[in-house]
Amino acid sequence: MSASTTTDRQQFNASMRFLHWLMAAAVLTILGIGVAMVASLGGYHSLVSIHRPLGILILILVVIRFVNRLRSTLPPFPATMSPQERLAAHASEVLLYTLLFVQPLVGWAMLSAARYPIVMFGSLHLFPILPHSVMLYAFLRKAHTFLAYLLFLTFIAHFSAILFHTLIVRDGMLNRMVPWRVRAR
Amino acid sequence: MAPLANRDAKTIHSSVEPLGETGPMEKHPAPLTAGNVLARLAGIGVLLLAVVGAFLYLGGWFSPRKLTPVRFVDEFERVNGIHSGFRRNHAKGVGVRGFFDSNGQGVRLSKAVVFQSGRVPVIGRFSLGGGDPHASDELGNVRGLGLQFSLPDGEEWRTAMINLPVFPFKDPQAFYDNLVASQPDPNTHQPDPAKGVAFIASHPETARAIGIIKSGAPSSGFDNSAYYGLNAFRFVNADGASIYVRWALAPVQPYEAGSGASVDKNLNKNFLFDGLIASIRQHPLQWRLIMTVAQPGDPTDDATIPWPEGREQVDVGTLTLDSVESEKTSPARDINFDPLVLPAGMAPSNDPLLSARSAVYSQSFTRRAGETKEPSEITPAEVRK
Repeated sequence: MSASTTTDRQQFNASMRFLHWLMAAAVLTILGIGVAMVASLGGYHSLVSIHRPLGILILILVVIRFVNRLRSTLPPFPATMSPQERLAAHASEVLLYTLLFVQPLVGWAMLSAARYPIVMFGSLHLFPILPHSVMLYAFLRKAHTFLAYLLFLTFIAHFSAILFHTLIVRDGMLNRMVPWRVRAR
Repeated sequence: MAPLANRDAKTIHSSVEPLGETGPMEKHPAPLTAGNVLARLAGIGVLLLAVVGAFLYLGGWFSPRKLTPVRFVDEFERVNGIHSGFRRNHAKGVGVRGFFDSNGQGVRLSKAVVFQSGRVPVIGRFSLGGGDPHASDELGNVRGLGLQFSLPDGEEWRTAMINLPVFPFKDPQAFYDNLVASQPDPNTHQPDPAKGVAFIASHPETARAIGIIKSGAPSSGFDNSAYYGLNAFRFVNADGASIYVRWALAPVQPYEAGSGASVDKNLNKNFLFDGLIASIRQHPLQWRLIMTVAQPGDPTDDATIPWPEGREQVDVGTLTLDSVESEKTSPARDINFDPLVLPAGMAPSNDPLLSARSAVYSQSFTRRAGETKEPSEITPAEVRK
């Protein structure tokens, strides 16, 4: 194969990078909206009205991303990563995918159990996925907060690791995911 | 860490390229000095702190005096105590059911499906203001009616109305400050009247609103009360034209002034609810749903101010409530009558109370949802009497 194959193998392919950054923006936005809306009186309604459809968008995106990942060829780990680091990277990836899938479902289920209409926009709304049960709602509402903090901490770990590799180890790890093409050195 | 897991690279590529599990070795940059490493670590620390700090800021951690839904409901609990499983305000209530017959007149105001001619089912709840679910009924108590209209396309319209023509507080802060002023003194276990006086003195709009409220004597019961949506809402019709409205339910049951007998201490403590139960069993109760349309310049952000006389009023249909039941069996107990559950064609105005009501109702709902449900004052036996 030609040199371009080497480039491909250093970086995640274009669709994976696109989905990564799209979801990064969506997830940081929804986490910010989530933490702000529960502490807000004046902004509550507008923020919740964005939070709900954005959560469903993330649910759709994570499914697309998972399928896309299965169908894509992944670049190898940098040689600078120890076996332990690779294990941790893999575990955190599994955790992130799981949280990004489960958290919107918990949100949807929680609104269903509370018998809130699950409005996306205009008259478009989703069907409930659980029966009306306020006890179930109370549990899922707590779970939604817990999972949000867990997701935020997982993001911080992910962010820390990439900063460490990029700035201290300087193995160009960030280049694997940057939106633009990076030529192999 | 980045999505790095990479079990497949070798197997997929081995047939194409004889590369190992890891990428090709890179030319390593010159080593960093110890000082350099420290500076970069510090940089990473600053970046992480900034991200975490931004989230804490958004969550209100740096503004302990900011009025939040949590602090609002905490104050309700300080004033009323915690009554397990009950709403933090309008705690005492009964469930009702019925339907709304739209006459089609509302279609020109809003494209909401509820205004097309036809009937939609309604679940509701009559309540009294205050956080004590076992309080004695008083004629002067604020009467509430929460309604949920289930539209044929699966949308919902919820509204929480009271029997006052204007609201005494213009914004959430005023409501909260009044709540604080009505908090019982730890020594006397009574609110300090001086604090109430001071609140009114510093809130002339509240004094004006109370004047309007006091100008009409409360009716004898829930069944012949009018109920007001208070806040303005924005309606959009099928042509995209947008207007502001306030709505009210006008009772078909004739007005009857509350009798002086109600101050009789021997009177049943549930006389308002018992009156409602007796009345609804005699005949279905009905209200006309009236939309008042604002003219440009009418205040849409201040529920303490009535709109001028002579505004166009549109009768959009009739609400019929034909059955009543205890909260023990009624689905209304577990419904949050959030005034911002609206179908397409209805939207909030710029009234700051609306979003705050939504936020505080939600916080109250979340707290009571997980609690043991203590029996309501109006029990199934009380309804059957």
